[in-house]
Amino acid sequence: MDAKGILISWYTVVRKDVVRMLRIWPQTFLPAAVTSALNFVIFGAFIGSRVGEIEGVPYIMFIVPGIVMLSVVMNAYSNAAFAMFSSKFFNRNIDELLVSPTPPWVIVAGFVTGGVIRGVLTGIIVLLVALFFTHILIHNLFVILAFLILTSILFSLAGLANGVYAKSIDGINIVPTFILTPLVYLGGIFYSTQALPGVWAAVTKADPIFYVINGFRWGFLGTADIPLWESFLVLGALAAVFFGLTWYLLSTGLGLKQ
Amino acid sequence: MADDALIIESLRKTYAGGTEALKGISLTVPRGDFFALLGPNGAGKSTLIGIATGLVTKSGGRLVVDGIDADDAPERARRHVGVVPQGLNIDWFGKVLDTVVNQAGYYGISRAQALPRAKKLLTDLGLGDKMHVTARELSGGMQRRLMIARALIHEPTILFLDEPTAGVDVELRRGMWEYLRTLTKDGVTILLTTHYLEEAEQLAGHVAIINKGTIIEQGRMAEVLAKLSTEDLILEVEAPAVGGAIAALAGFRPLAAEGGVQITLDGSRNVTDAVKALDAKGIAVRTARSKSGRLEELFLRLTQDTK
Repeated sequence: MDAKGILISWYTVVRKDVVRMLRIWPQTFLPAAVTSALNFVIFGAFIGSRVGEIEGVPYIMFIVPGIVMLSVVMNAYSNAAFAMFSSKFFNRNIDELLVSPTPPWVIVAGFVTGGVIRGVLTGIIVLLVALFFTHILIHNLFVILAFLILTSILFSLAGLANGVYAKSIDGINIVPTFILTPLVYLGGIFYSTQALPGVWAAVTKADPIFYVINGFRWGFLGTADIPLWESFLVLGALAAVFFGLTWYLLSTGLGLKQ
Repeated sequence: MADDALIIESLRKTYAGGTEALKGISLTVPRGDFFALLGPNGAGKSTLIGIATGLVTKSGGRLVVDGIDADDAPERARRHVGVVPQGLNIDWFGKVLDTVVNQAGYYGISRAQALPRAKKLLTDLGLGDKMHVTARELSGGMQRRLMIARALIHEPTILFLDEPTAGVDVELRRGMWEYLRTLTKDGVTILLTTHYLEEAEQLAGHVAIINKGTIIEQGRMAEVLAKLSTEDLILEVEAPAVGGAIAALAGFRPLAAEGGVQITLDGSRNVTDAVKALDAKGIAVRTARSKSGRLEELFLRLTQDTK
C-alpha cells in the first residue's frame, strides 16, 4: 500500500472510532466530567480547605493535574481496549480490517489515535470542570500537551494489547479496576511522594503513573518529585515496549486469528 | 495475468486444540469461474476460506491468489480478494453507506472515490433506499446483501462467499443468484460454499466436495455429475390403486402416499424403458421427477462413503 493509501486507511480506522465515541458520548465523556467534579468537591473544596497549601500552592491546585491524568489514563485505556474487544468479540467486524491490505502497524496507529483523541478531549473536559473550583497555573504549555499526548499514547497501546488478548468482557474490566485504579491513586494524585517515608517513596517509583503525574504537574506548577527528563524517558520507553507488543499481536494475529 | 485465479497446494490447518481441519488439500480455481465448494458441517470449508482471506493462519501449504504468492506478499494478495463470511460481522450501529465506504478506506480508496461506487453497489443490490439507516435496522436478507456490497467495494478479482444465502427467502435468493451471475460475466471469480446444493448445481461451473479436511471429488460440474451412475426417479401414475401390478415389476416400488412409483435408473434401464414397462401393464405415467437433486444425490453418496 502506498503512502496515500496508508493515510486513508489510518484515517478510516480513526474516523470510525471517533464516530463511535461521539455516538455514545454519555458513556465516553460524561462520566469523566461527573467523577472529576466529585473529586474536586470532596478532595479539593472540603478536604483541601483543611489541608491548606502543599508545595507552595493551594491543595486543590496541587491535585488538578493528577485528577486530569486519572481521567486521561482511564479513558485512553478503555477506549482502545473496548473498541478492539467489541469489534472482535461482539460483532466480529475486526475482520473487515484483517482481510484488508492495511498493515498491522497502521491498525495499531489507528486505534491508538482514537484513544489519544478520547484521552485528550477528556483531559480538556476535566480541566474545564476544574475551572469551576480553582484557577489553573500554566508553567509550560508544551510540557502539558506533550504529557497529555504521551500518556494517552502509552495507555491506548496498553488498552489495545488488553483488547486484542482479552477472551471475555471480564478480561478488559479486570485491568482498569484492579491494576490501573490502584496505580493511579498510589501514583501521587493527592500527595507528594516527598511526604512519604523512604521505603514507600521508593515503591512509588515503580508505578508508571507516578511519572505521568509528575511530568504533567511540572507543566502546571513548575515543581515535581523527579526531574522532567526522567518522566519523559520512562513513559517513552514504556510506549515503545507496548507498541512493540501490540504490533507483534496484530502481525501474528495472536488473539485475533484462529 | 495468471490463468488460474486461485491455486491451493497441500493446504493444512491444525487448530490449537489438535483438530485437523484441512489435511493437505489442493485445489485450482480457473479465472472467471463460479466454483462451488461443498461439504457437510465441519468439513473444512470455512477454514479454507478463512486461510485464503487471511483470517485463519495456515499450518502448512501454499496459496497463490491471482498469481501472487500469499506468503511472499500477503497484503498485495488481499487486495485481490473479497469475502462474505458465513456469520454476520457488520457494525450494527454503523450506517449502511458508511459500512461500505469504510471498507473501501481500509483498501486505501478515498471517500470521494468510494462514495459513488458504494451508492451504485447498494442500489444494484436493492439497498438504495437504506443507505442512511443503521445495519441493525435491516432485515436478515438485506444484511447479507450489505455484506456482499462491502466485499465488492474494492473491486476484487476473487470473491469468497461462505453460505451467502443462508436464511434468505427463495425469491431473494434467486435475485442474489442473478446478481452473482452478472459478477462472473464481468470477470469476477467466485468461490461459493453453500448448503443449498440446487444453488451450486445452478450456478457453478466447477465443484469440489470436501469432507473431513480432504477433497473427495472435484472437477467440472457436468463431469462430476456424470459420475453419478444411478438416479432415483419418482413417476406419478394415472392409476395409483394398481399397487399390486407395480409391485410385480422388478425394480419398481409403489409409493402409496404419493400415488406413484419409485424406480432406480442405471446403465441397464433408462426412463423410456421404465415408462414402457408401466405402459405394458396399462399404467399411464403423468409426471416424472428426480427424488433429489443429482448433486445432492452425489454429495450424500460421497460423504457417506467417507464416514
